[in-house]
Amino acid sequence: MKAIKTLNKANLKESAVKGGCGECQSVAQKCEK
Amino acid sequence: MRSPGGGASAVCLRRIRMIHKYKLNGYNICLDVHSGAVHVLDDIAYDLLDYCDEHMTETMPPVIIEKLGGKYDVKELEETYAALYELFEAGQLFSPDDYEQFSDLMTNAPIKSMCINISHDCNLRCEYCFAAKGDFGQGRCLMSFETAKKAIDFIIANSGTRHNLEVDFFGGEPLMNFDVVKKTVEYARSIEKQHNKNFRFTITTNGLLLDDEKIDYINREMHNVVLSLDGRKEINDKLRVTPNGKGCYDIIVPKYQKLVAKRGDKDYYVRGTFTTYSEDFTADVLHMKSLGFDQISIEPVVSDPKLDYSIKYEDLPKVFREYEKLADTVIETRRRGEFFNFFHFMIDLDQGPCAIKRLRGCGCGNEYVAVTPQGDIYPCHQFVGHEEYIMGNLNDGTFDQEMKRRFAKANVYSKENCKNCWAKFYCSGGCNANNFQYEGDILRSHKVGCELEKKRLECAIMIKAALADIGDDTPSACDGEDCFAPC
Repeated sequence: MKAIKTLNKANLKESAVKGGCGECQSVAQKCEK
Repeated sequence: MRSPGGGASAVCLRRIRMIHKYKLNGYNICLDVHSGAVHVLDDIAYDLLDYCDEHMTETMPPVIIEKLGGKYDVKELEETYAALYELFEAGQLFSPDDYEQFSDLMTNAPIKSMCINISHDCNLRCEYCFAAKGDFGQGRCLMSFETAKKAIDFIIANSGTRHNLEVDFFGGEPLMNFDVVKKTVEYARSIEKQHNKNFRFTITTNGLLLDDEKIDYINREMHNVVLSLDGRKEINDKLRVTPNGKGCYDIIVPKYQKLVAKRGDKDYYVRGTFTTYSEDFTADVLHMKSLGFDQISIEPVVSDPKLDYSIKYEDLPKVFREYEKLADTVIETRRRGEFFNFFHFMIDLDQGPCAIKRLRGCGCGNEYVAVTPQGDIYPCHQFVGHEEYIMGNLNDGTFDQEMKRRFAKANVYSKENCKNCWAKFYCSGGCNANNFQYEGDILRSHKVGCELEKKRLECAIMIKAALADIGDDTPSACDGEDCFAPC
């Protein structure tokens, strides 16, 4: 958390490139990689 | 960082680079849609955002002083603008939407999860049941072990290299066909290793037939169990009734308490439905908590809008207020050092699933199918009974790959109302079955469902902001995790 106070470490962009393995368990969900 | 005044208001700055800002419970919150960053702002930063967009420059535009100079000190405005610009430069404010390129990646996804309608019969006649009180309008019957075995063979054969496979026993009431449930689990376990698969089983029950043997079996074999209960006795027994019209609360609650007490830390949910008869559902959530349950879901009824108890557009303000009340209750409970999880307020702002999963949602009709006792294959359990959506049959080996492709392409970028919606990465385009049932088209968003989902997300994010405040004073708070439980 960085303090405007930012609550999270946003990683959507990175996950679009690295994700998509399809092994997850549903979305708002754990990544199983 | 909490601003004076409560209530709720929201502004969505609808540009390709999109933010959603809203006020709720004294918090000024901004979600940067395409990075997922969530910022809690003071009033000056919140107001400044009205004059910022994807063309932010390092120097504050003069129009800001013109518009806000009478309300705020100029030096403060410049300082705050600089902080916002820093976020913009870091890709955490007005970040670009470059996800559409990923939306078609999973069109040939293997099938990895399946709903087995093990019973098209039920020992309750719940008034609002989407399954036509148990038989999905197809006549009361139970699935044979032969058909269930074919279902397991089907998912293994169609799962490609996927290792984790999920099977839900559903109905109707699955415990009415419990021997076949047990045989099916045993069969899947006997062949999973040779196919390099790992089955995870789930069962949903109304609880009437639970006994010690079934409780022990479920707690041993089921990765998750869903226990149906609508909350307070008078609410539950109004619509969840036996064929002779009697309520079931007194029978099922002690059984649920026994099951949960013996379940340890394995997943479960006590899950209910709210209708216009129970729009004060916070009381039902608290009642469930008082019974000793801490994994709770109460969800809006899915029913014909013409029915008295269905949630309609005009009911939304009242339901929204109730969600806000429930969100407040979650926070106050946590302040007291207690907790419960509310299914629709669970959100993971740090990790969560990858963007690709967020684009395609539950994967119904593509990664997920439902099978009936007759062996028919449907896109999901809520399509069962709509014969135009039969994808194939386990007995004759047919499977409609064209329909699978059609569902695979039903992602947030193929739904007109979703691609520019601030909530798209959290609701993933909503429920295709609800879209079909309410709007007649899987690609046309169900308006009431959308509004409810957005409200729940606003509440969930606000809860995170409030818990972060508590975390400032309570070092043990697990900030960053998606549960509300103390570590």
